[in-house]
Amino acid sequence: MSEDGGVLGELMRGSLDHCVKCTICETQCPVSNVTPLFPGPKYAGPQAERYRVALEPSVDSSVDYCSGCGICSMVCPQGVKIAEINSQARNRLKQQKGIPVRDRIITRPTWLGRVGTPVAPIANLTLGARPLRILGEKVLKVHRHAAAPKFAGRRFSRWARGRTSPPTGRKIVYFHGCGTEYYEPWEGEKVVQILEHNGFEVVVPKQDCCGLPLQSSGLFDDARKVVTALARALVPYVRDDPDTIIVGNATSCTLMLKREAREILSLEHDPDLKLVSERTYDICELLLELHDRGELKTALEPVNEHIAYHAPCQQQGHWIGKPALELFALIPGLEVSEMNARCCGIAGTYGLKAEKYDIAMAVGADLFAQVRESGAREVACDSETCRWQITHATGLASAHPIDYLHRAYGL
Amino acid sequence: MRGELHYDAVVIGAGTAGLVAGARLAQGGARVCVLAKGVGSTHLAPATIDVLGYAPDRVAAAGPALERFAASRPDHPYVLLGVDAVAEAVRWFGSTVESGPLPGYRYIGDLERNLLLPTAVGALRPSALVPETMAAGDAAGGERVCIVGTRSLRDFHPALCAANLRRAGIDARSVDVEIELDRADANTLGLARRFDDPAWRAGFAARLALKLQAHESVGLPAMLGLRDPHGAWSDVQHRLGRPVFEIPTLPPSVPGMRLFEILRATLRRAGGRLVVGAEVVSAERSGSRIASVATASAGHQARYAAPWFVLASGGFGSGAIELDSHWDTHERVFGLPLRGLPEPGQARFVGDYFAEQPMARVGVAVDSSLVAEGADNVVVAGAALPGAIPWREGSGEGIALASGSHAAQLVLARSGAPAGAAA
Repeated sequence: MSEDGGVLGELMRGSLDHCVKCTICETQCPVSNVTPLFPGPKYAGPQAERYRVALEPSVDSSVDYCSGCGICSMVCPQGVKIAEINSQARNRLKQQKGIPVRDRIITRPTWLGRVGTPVAPIANLTLGARPLRILGEKVLKVHRHAAAPKFAGRRFSRWARGRTSPPTGRKIVYFHGCGTEYYEPWEGEKVVQILEHNGFEVVVPKQDCCGLPLQSSGLFDDARKVVTALARALVPYVRDDPDTIIVGNATSCTLMLKREAREILSLEHDPDLKLVSERTYDICELLLELHDRGELKTALEPVNEHIAYHAPCQQQGHWIGKPALELFALIPGLEVSEMNARCCGIAGTYGLKAEKYDIAMAVGADLFAQVRESGAREVACDSETCRWQITHATGLASAHPIDYLHRAYGL
Repeated sequence: MRGELHYDAVVIGAGTAGLVAGARLAQGGARVCVLAKGVGSTHLAPATIDVLGYAPDRVAAAGPALERFAASRPDHPYVLLGVDAVAEAVRWFGSTVESGPLPGYRYIGDLERNLLLPTAVGALRPSALVPETMAAGDAAGGERVCIVGTRSLRDFHPALCAANLRRAGIDARSVDVEIELDRADANTLGLARRFDDPAWRAGFAARLALKLQAHESVGLPAMLGLRDPHGAWSDVQHRLGRPVFEIPTLPPSVPGMRLFEILRATLRRAGGRLVVGAEVVSAERSGSRIASVATASAGHQARYAAPWFVLASGGFGSGAIELDSHWDTHERVFGLPLRGLPEPGQARFVGDYFAEQPMARVGVAVDSSLVAEGADNVVVAGAALPGAIPWREGSGEGIALASGSHAAQLVLARSGAPAGAAA
């Protein structure tokens, strides 16, 4: 679709001709394996795309049930951009059918965070209250039981602004994302402490959302504005310094910067985003690389804990394997059960939506069962929305993998 | 260098050959990373271990035939590997399945006798080892057979399968069993997940039992459970009170997904890494050696450096060897020289589809140790090897197991990593 795809869009659409209908994507799709409402990545992608004609109405709306997890593109042995094709189809569908008010609200973590943070105790109480959740389900179509995070009541950026990293000459830019900013500022504090402990001078630029929630709900124009604004905010820190990189702990947001914004939103030619994309690292990816170079401090105290580790879809989408497992292996006493399930179901905001909550819980059922069977007392996972979903479903505490490194460092 | 990780060995490809090489390297104490463009051949193939089925006539026993086969095909991977290596790899595989993640699940058979299993269209295929869930389909048993299908599964036609079995002299008939579905059709994977549920499969067995006659065994499309196939198959067999066997289907291959899971878990348990989505896009050379490979990870490339590489990327089927529109043939990972290409001016293809095609034995040129010509630290395994036609010989898994094992042992021996555990 050249009207929103440009040259890359055509190339992406062209990749569907590489589909040999082998069905490998269908064996891995978390959604189509639990509900007939989504007929599967092959059907909705390379097959249905042939019937999608520019400016004509979509003939089938089942692609709206794709959660956008991206597993299909990762496992395709022929390099077909299945998830990207489906994301663009979902965007066109939304343009034709209209965008629910709900999708305009829950995809704006910055708005929500700014409103909720100053009044966190009241906001948390009200948003957690059953009558209000039922009202929210009726009016906004946000499922009454969906895992909702609690406002921390303080913002990470305030903490970061109040301090300065000891100057070491090894600068690193920290992209903390909205989850850390409004809901889990302690995760960001740990990231900064681990990086400083390993000799980095951490710079925290003023920053905003990466636009992923907007993109995954099909609001592409808004997502483009948001992500390019973020790229403009980050790029001055890396433009003139080839040794400086950007690191983030929100794995889906770093993936947005690395690839999804460029491919799905067709921003391939934005020079700032290109540079930011090349320089962005997931925190575990960076720490493993430091260790490989002998630059990671390995004086680690035992952490006598049994944890289950789930590598979320968006972390898998970096196509770098599971570096967190290599980091866990450095920590004495830490027993890790690697989960072998596809997806927790939440897929960002997918599992919040009233019509999709049950699907999301069915998608995650396999993971939740594996977590329970493992006997682990905590769950480690790189993505915040997935952690909230896992905790919601299993009742077990969850944390980012770097939490365990932080504990082992005794910081 | 930024973006680079170091290993003792890097394996390229996560089909049977690559996963076996990776698992055995890790078991031998090497730090190993398996890179895969996507999920591959296991999910498409029947998951039987075909060692040698035709040479060129149908082979009754793979082991003895391998000895004779060697004399007629001096360039064949089996000749370079040796019969003992094939036997050792097959033994390793059998014990690996039994100690794997699927409780009770095992493979049946050996190199002394090929089993003849029905395909989805009712032909008989020779295999050396087969999942226990398929073994009762061995046509040599001479049972009466009832082939069972369900209309929801549109890729499996029991009447066609039974009709062709009758042509092969087997007393076969077919029945359809109704399955309640919440969707228009199903594939074997969706049904396999249902067979993992004891209550669901009890209901299925009860409906099927009404349609069966005395003294006939039951052949079903391969869908008897993904997580607990031993439990599902034993339970259905017990409930029906007769031998039950699975018949390989069109993709997705449920037995192939089990095989992938067994080999993946073996690799992980031994400490090996697996990176899916990591297509190798370039390689850095240092003289006659490969120093590192780069993969297309998100944002920037990831580099993997190692003293040894195992090339298990497949052949024409996976696209790792390609014939381009200029009629040039390439090995796409390292650009290595190929062997078996028709001379310039000679035909690349012949008219009879089933005749031996001139391109069929093309593979990466290797020395007698399966080390690639022009890359001293690259060992080649699986369908990338020259000299074989796996689909005509019925030899694909035998070559994959033996060459994957060989690659691991060669790397362990030459790199001085602690050996022994691999044996």
